[in-house]
Amino acid sequence: MGIAEFFQHLMNGLTLGGIYALIALGYTMVYGILKFINFAHGDILMAGAYVGLFVFDGLRGDAPLGTWTLIAFFLAMLISMGFSAVLGMTIERVAYKPLRGANRLAPLLSAIGVSFILSNSAAWAFGTHSRKFNYPFDNTPVHIGEVVITPHQILILSVSLIMMIILKLFVDKTRMGKAMRATSLDQGTAMLMGINVNRVISMTFAIGSALAAVGGILIALDFKVYATMGTMTGLKAFVAAVVGGIGNISGAMFGGILLGLLETFGVAIFGIPTGLKDTIAFGVLILILLIKPEGLFGKVEKEKV
Amino acid sequence: MKELLTIDDISVSYGNIKALKQVSMHVNEGDVVCLIGANGSGKSTLLKSIMGQEPLDSGSITFDGEEICRAKNAGAKQGKRSKILTTDLIAAKGISLVPEGRRVFADMTVEENLDMGAFLVRDDALIAERKESMYDFFPILGARRRQKTRSLSGGEQQMMAIARALMSGPRLILLDEPGLGLAPLVIADIFEKIALINQQDKVTVFLVEQNARMALRASSEGYVMENGRIVLSDASSTLLENERVREAYLGE
Repeated sequence: MGIAEFFQHLMNGLTLGGIYALIALGYTMVYGILKFINFAHGDILMAGAYVGLFVFDGLRGDAPLGTWTLIAFFLAMLISMGFSAVLGMTIERVAYKPLRGANRLAPLLSAIGVSFILSNSAAWAFGTHSRKFNYPFDNTPVHIGEVVITPHQILILSVSLIMMIILKLFVDKTRMGKAMRATSLDQGTAMLMGINVNRVISMTFAIGSALAAVGGILIALDFKVYATMGTMTGLKAFVAAVVGGIGNISGAMFGGILLGLLETFGVAIFGIPTGLKDTIAFGVLILILLIKPEGLFGKVEKEKV
Repeated sequence: MKELLTIDDISVSYGNIKALKQVSMHVNEGDVVCLIGANGSGKSTLLKSIMGQEPLDSGSITFDGEEICRAKNAGAKQGKRSKILTTDLIAAKGISLVPEGRRVFADMTVEENLDMGAFLVRDDALIAERKESMYDFFPILGARRRQKTRSLSGGEQQMMAIARALMSGPRLILLDEPGLGLAPLVIADIFEKIALINQQDKVTVFLVEQNARMALRASSEGYVMENGRIVLSDASSTLLENERVREAYLGE
């Protein structure tokens, strides 16, 4: 593999990984606090993509590609983030919160139920065909030496990077971000500090769902919008979160990027047939679970005395 | 003297096991009050009940004249709706608990832990000022402010837990076994600090300890708990001379 080819795959892997990372964050943040996997997360991504698509098309009208389409795209993204945040909080309030004291399986099953409700409702309301999410800009590839980069890839890289930096700053530096970390470390003690844990949980769902909406829109530009689009992507982002160490925010970012790179290079270097590309994620999952069950960044959880 | 905390006839149970049986006691403003008793006698349960972390079967708890906890069914007969404050709201009233086993946020730095203690304080300047005074009061914490709390020794973590509890500027601080698992010299140091917190900062202290001698010497009023019941209460100096206490708790 030549240098140019390497960079080509690197670029492709990073963009794919950036999207996985954005989505993985939602799984990991929720798990960090509730020790629960939100299996409806992938469908929130789908809902976010639909909202983004409709708002973008509505705002754009017949306008030709240009500054306005870009503005419309980012407006659509913001509105979709807001919509998904509310959707995520509502799902938590209605389907998970009442089950918080119950058997650990109960919220899990509830999440799977919500997942089906969302994807079936979308199929019923918007049809089973897939819709094209038009690029808000001219996506003609740019050649840098022998490496081909599309403006879409630059968009994915910059948006996911900015989102991750904002999230990291929020969690590390702000009062509510620190309260979120404290709640995930020790919920009972967080309450002693005067932290309203219910509010922290709502906020966690809001942030995770907003990030999923961004991931959904970014991936929709390449792979279209359809009712079950969240299933496989969501599952792989979940794998990324587990690989990075579920509950760990940096781990989810790292796991997402790693998975993106592995999929791209797996096909390129090891000649894994493209049709088997999806097996890479799950192969890696099994491998990591065997070697380091707590994930790359995860800590072994000690039983509380 | 004004009663700051009043515990009125409370009972708490875990399933079929009665952890607290009709416990009544009070803490006067400005005092250091201790509760001694053996392991498993119900001391920690009492502190958790005050913070709203254990539902009451009966009775009520009043802080500064306001009822903060009440048994679910109590008052129902009089047509009152049951009012149970959640832990975060009780903390907001001005009660801080230093929990048993310290429960520091181990993955956060000392400074971040103190920030969490000040979660309810919205004034950044005041938070900074309080942090500085904590670093003066516990110099070792100042030296380690950027370290993850897990790297601190047990005694340092205990000091941090106390400092964290003080960050909210509480009127009442509840201490659950502050001497647990620490070396005698460290315990002496911590009790010295507790006395200063009471005298200088005018914080009322309610202390739960297995180490009866330390606790009685540090306090003005004492209660003795056995099997979830208060069996003795008196001035701490009197309890130190009490035969039953000497035999059962002071090993004399």
